[in-house]
Amino acid sequence: MTAHEVKTVEEWIKPLPQPDGVSGEYWQAASEGRLLIQQCPKCGHKQWYPRALCTACATEPEWLECSGRGVVHTFTVVRQYGARPFRDELPYVIAMVELAEGPMMLGSITDCDPDDVRIDLPVEVYFVKTADDVGIPYWRPAGS
Amino acid sequence: MDRTPVIVGIGLSEYPVAPDLDGVQHHVLAARRAIEDAGIDKSEIDGYVNAGGGGGMMVDDVVTMAEYLRINHRYIDGTMTGGSSFEFHVQHLAAAIRDGACDTALVTYGSDQLSRMGRRLGTGGFTRAGARVSGPIQYEAAYGNSLVGSYAMYATRHMHEFGTTSEQLAEIAVGVREYAMLNPKAMYRDPMTVDDVLSSRMIADPLHKLDCCAITDGGGAFIMTTAERAKDLPKPPVYVLGAAGAQTHWNISQQVDFTTSAGAQAGPEALGRAGLTHDDVDMLMFYDSFTITCLILLESLGFVKQGEGGPFVSEGNLKRGGKLPLNTDGGGLSSCHPGMRGIFLIIEAARQLRGEAGDAQVPDCKVALAAGSGGWLSCIGVAVLGNEHP
Ligand SMILES: [Zn+2]
Repeated sequence: MTAHEVKTVEEWIKPLPQPDGVSGEYWQAASEGRLLIQQCPKCGHKQWYPRALCTACATEPEWLECSGRGVVHTFTVVRQYGARPFRDELPYVIAMVELAEGPMMLGSITDCDPDDVRIDLPVEVYFVKTADDVGIPYWRPAGS
Repeated sequence: MDRTPVIVGIGLSEYPVAPDLDGVQHHVLAARRAIEDAGIDKSEIDGYVNAGGGGGMMVDDVVTMAEYLRINHRYIDGTMTGGSSFEFHVQHLAAAIRDGACDTALVTYGSDQLSRMGRRLGTGGFTRAGARVSGPIQYEAAYGNSLVGSYAMYATRHMHEFGTTSEQLAEIAVGVREYAMLNPKAMYRDPMTVDDVLSSRMIADPLHKLDCCAITDGGGAFIMTTAERAKDLPKPPVYVLGAAGAQTHWNISQQVDFTTSAGAQAGPEALGRAGLTHDDVDMLMFYDSFTITCLILLESLGFVKQGEGGPFVSEGNLKRGGKLPLNTDGGGLSSCHPGMRGIFLIIEAARQLRGEAGDAQVPDCKVALAAGSGGWLSCIGVAVLGNEHP
């Protein structure tokens, strides 16, 4: 699968994920433009976020690279936030994105007027590389 | 020996603003008042339960508080499911008391959230920029979601699927405010209209400022024992008829259905254990962190079919004089919300069942249902309480 756009930032002042034994590969892939979820080799269950077991049957799951496409399942426009740096970026969109592969993941939708976001809006992933070992997935309207 | 679990004492500390009390003092003041209300000796207490989480710089976890209070317990429980902890505590204590694991248990909660925030105002919020984040929150923290935002995503989806309106949500806040106007201690007591809610600032679409609960100080405590012991005590016992809890997720990223809650499991189970149906319930104490929380609880617990909550609210059913009066103390929306409100649901339900609620008294109140929501409608605890021996 082709990698998606990876933006780089000079300084990342938002919270940064701490890769661990399970999430390390997920964040590394994201830093290279690939979105991973997990799939169970035994029962086929797909899940996000990554875990050390299939939540359906307790088997050790395998990685599955996603298409990076999805639709907005639900969302909100955050218009008040007490602390920097988020306070300086208001308003912004927080959404649950239903991946084409099935599972939902939490994210943020950018590159559009927050008032234009709707449930079922098709979106595609891009990444912001925030550290050598971490890329953060973001979403924007498909084709924008 | 009748080991039917009962609530025999209730106590509140000071609210909504108590600058002289820290979190631990809220626990303790509420405990003293509950012990006095129950008419028991402190030395009788052989079970202690709390959820911590309310003390700020003060340490109020269950073992520290058991030491501070010097409770020689045979039964201890520090279950922390967020704001619903205390409904889970009722479930656990009902079993422990029936089983004989303890005879008389104290549950406490205290928080100086408002005064503490006031003291720290201007120093920023909950997220430290550039911090490394571990655990499941590592998948969320970079985006700047807010507590209100998580609940707002339920409202967005519910409106999309069922046509629920902001006016209907506002009706919930207005009904609870009408009760707050009867409570001299409530944080917000001015008359309020649906238009007031709709014209208040948007915090996270579609939730306005007046869809959101207050931030206050406060503490509460209650004492549970056996129906046998209650025979010699001054206050009429409040019977625990049934209790149940359930969890769908913890972090909001792991909710898969933004139109319902674990109450769909816990509600029918609690009523089933009580041998009652929804029609037997005379009043509701719901965790009203936000108006949408009440609507989701109302539907998921099964009081109305999914999608019918909005019209049910608009008909005035949750208001004073309605079919199912909601949050007769003025709720978290208008009266008291120090962070984890679940204990106040039990205390107010008990006050109603004792007939001590004054102007807010629900006439002929025999069965009350308290439903706590912890996290982000994550952990739902339900307690069905009554004033007649089951
Ligand atoms: Zn599996």
